[in-house]
Amino acid sequence: MTESEGPREPPWRANLRRLLHHRLFLLGLALFLVVVLAAILAPWIAPLDPNKLAMRYKFQSPNANFLFGTDNFGRSLWSRVIWGARLSMFIGSAVVAINAVAGTAIGAAAGYFRKLDNALMRINDALMAFPAVLLAIGVTAILGPSVNDVIIALGIVYTPRTARIVRSSVIVLREMEYVQAAVAAGAGHWRILRRHILPNAMAPLIVQLSFLFAYAVLTEATLSFLGVGAVPPTPTWGNIMAEGRQYMTDAPWIIAIPGVALMITVLGLNLLGDGLRDVLDPRLRIQS
Amino acid sequence: MGAILVRRLGSAVPIMLIVSLITFGMIHLIPGDPAIAIAGLSATAEQIANIRHDLGLDQPVLTQLWRWYANLAQGDLGRSLLLGQPVTHVMLLRLPVTLALSAYALAMTLAIGLTSGIVAALRQNTWIDQAMMVFAMLGISLPNFYLGLLMIILFAVDLGWLPTGGYVALANDPLGWLATSTMPAISLALLLAGLLARITRSTMLEVLRQDYIRTARAKGLSNARVVLKHALANALIPITTVVGIIVSLLISGSVVTETLFSIPGIGQLLTQAVLNRDYPMVQGGLLITTALLVLVNILVDVCYALLDPRVRYDGV
Repeated sequence: MTESEGPREPPWRANLRRLLHHRLFLLGLALFLVVVLAAILAPWIAPLDPNKLAMRYKFQSPNANFLFGTDNFGRSLWSRVIWGARLSMFIGSAVVAINAVAGTAIGAAAGYFRKLDNALMRINDALMAFPAVLLAIGVTAILGPSVNDVIIALGIVYTPRTARIVRSSVIVLREMEYVQAAVAAGAGHWRILRRHILPNAMAPLIVQLSFLFAYAVLTEATLSFLGVGAVPPTPTWGNIMAEGRQYMTDAPWIIAIPGVALMITVLGLNLLGDGLRDVLDPRLRIQS
Repeated sequence: MGAILVRRLGSAVPIMLIVSLITFGMIHLIPGDPAIAIAGLSATAEQIANIRHDLGLDQPVLTQLWRWYANLAQGDLGRSLLLGQPVTHVMLLRLPVTLALSAYALAMTLAIGLTSGIVAALRQNTWIDQAMMVFAMLGISLPNFYLGLLMIILFAVDLGWLPTGGYVALANDPLGWLATSTMPAISLALLLAGLLARITRSTMLEVLRQDYIRTARAKGLSNARVVLKHALANALIPITTVVGIIVSLLISGSVVTETLFSIPGIGQLLTQAVLNRDYPMVQGGLLITTALLVLVNILVDVCYALLDPRVRYDGV
């Protein structure tokens, strides 16, 4: 029996198989999982309070007692970096969730309902015209510096980008014959979107969300570093680096270690996104 | 060409109208009373009333909106609460600093990004290609402020080659400007060079697979001529569109880079404005910067049309 006569492999399994053979995707996944696991296991692997002051231990370079050393208040950097990972993962996940819901809703509405398209996309274009970090600091200036407000700011900054990608897919899918057939069969708009269009618009959305996670983590760190993100002593990677800046000659580990953690996270997510794009983007798949 | 320019300018009008509406509305989105938020909790009722009156917050919203657009038409974006000067004046003073730094970083981005992207494409699947792409991936994963901090430790503190920060105007002392701007420009450029290298590589690979390249080789043209005259010239056209995105990212990146290196550009200005609740400055700064970027994108679109006849013919 030839291969073509055998039972056809479901698309999800074919994609999973391709992903499991994509070396860079696996490397990205491994790096990202290390950070995710560190974030989940924070209470157990970093039991010391990340905000507990212990002045007699200040400025200790990495050693057996303090794996990542201590900062100017004697706080354990291991605890602060691990709890910082927890916060970064929380913020990244929340921004991705906002984008997945709001970006999909706006993009689907604009792409499917032609009457809404022009108005929604003009607002979208205007929000995208602002430089991302400037808009984020502008929104945090209005809302105030806190974790929740940073999430809202990043949601506002990145949702238009997601909406545009979903809209592009929906516009193409809307014209497909099987969608026209569903319209002819009398299916309602909600059913057509939910059953026929959105499931097929998922691939570029998933790729976008993986890159977006990286942008969100990076922008949050930037906002914290500038002092407009989560308020110190909240242990975010940006805050740790901002505080360590004035001691960078005597205690360079205070900025080096959270920086490496940030880089590993963003690198992992970028590799993950590249792998997902290679496998899930139908255009690239046809080319290969 | 004129038609394309007019059409692009026309499409920018609704965008700028909405952008200005959003910046106008920002102050009204402050939870509670914006005047109290600006004055602080210890302010007296009179101080709060003064701020409310100065910002026009004691007027109905529609009147405020009308005044906003009427002032905008005259280039008046209000006064900075922190500096006590007109926002437009302060922005015009600081803008050249950011533009000079961005231009320097853009030149570096283009030089590094295009070269590594082209070399990687020409040496596809070799160790050179892989090394270039690892470099590009690291570049896009490295936060620019982290790279800046590492460079300060190495080149300023340890080696003493460059100053840790500060700024010298280009017109006053070109060499001094170069010394104070090189590290900030590198920290901005490396990330974007990584991005550009990846795009250049994929665009070049796509062009190198085209039939006309095969024809050029079959005609016996030298490899250098095929690459430079036929492949690169066509690959650069779509890359032109990326320049608009790069400029936007440079301006975004300059916020943190200028703060880190104490460069008195618009990035540092806006960060200080946010930290000091100088809302007119935040509003005006955002509006002017965004308008500038919209203009850059229009220019990029026009350049694209100039370079690619297909866009010209479709556009007219």
